[in-house]
Amino acid sequence: MELLIFVVLLTLGYAVGRWQETRHFASIQRREKQLAGVLAFSTRHPPRDLPCVETHLVCGSTVISVDYFKQFSAALRGLLGGRINAYESLLERARREALLRMKNDAAARGASAVFNVKLETASITKGARNQIGCVEVLAYGTALIATKTG
Amino acid sequence: MIISNLETLPGKTIVRHLGMVQGNTVRAKHVGRDLMAGIKNVFGGELHGYTELLTESREEAADRMVEQAASMGANAVLNVRFSTSSVAAGAAELFVYGTAVVVE
Repeated sequence: MELLIFVVLLTLGYAVGRWQETRHFASIQRREKQLAGVLAFSTRHPPRDLPCVETHLVCGSTVISVDYFKQFSAALRGLLGGRINAYESLLERARREALLRMKNDAAARGASAVFNVKLETASITKGARNQIGCVEVLAYGTALIATKTG
Repeated sequence: MIISNLETLPGKTIVRHLGMVQGNTVRAKHVGRDLMAGIKNVFGGELHGYTELLTESREEAADRMVEQAASMGANAVLNVRFSTSSVAAGAAELFVYGTAVVVE
């Protein structure tokens, strides 16, 4: 019986997780194209010869969890060593999503560039019992908004 | 109050440094959200409840930092950094810090 539940959860996790991931990546790609006008730089200093600008701190964050199948395959990988593909795609999704949300925030304020972009990753449920495998990614930076008088 | 994670502000000069300001908040998740997250964990995907919770908490931490800066007479906080740590099981600390300055 327990084995049956395990197998059901595993297949369910694999099927739904796979489907959701594909859908999420498609949506990320679509929105990345839409927001291509907002540039994100990780340089610490904006160029000096900018016209009159206003600055605003913009943030974007997301919490994404792994599915049952990924958790299982990662645990197997833990025994054998090597790359854990399941987690790589999870983190990539989270980072791109967080960056998109930050750009969205910047675009809503009328900015076309974000400087000093930092990405931070945290696993928020570490150490808890019945651990939920999820990761939070926060992206933040300073949006430069050109003022009309400049 | 200008908040920025740049070290200098374009078009403005820093007149006075007032030192470091910080704000933090420690949050525990609540049971309803935890349950939903547990179910979501089978299928994977975004945990909207947690995203919301963390965004709210981070705003609160930032508000506290701004309050402290305002009480020092600053009109800007520069070089702002966000940081997250899990202090106890199931609780996360969100921490924001920066340098309070007067700019012109």
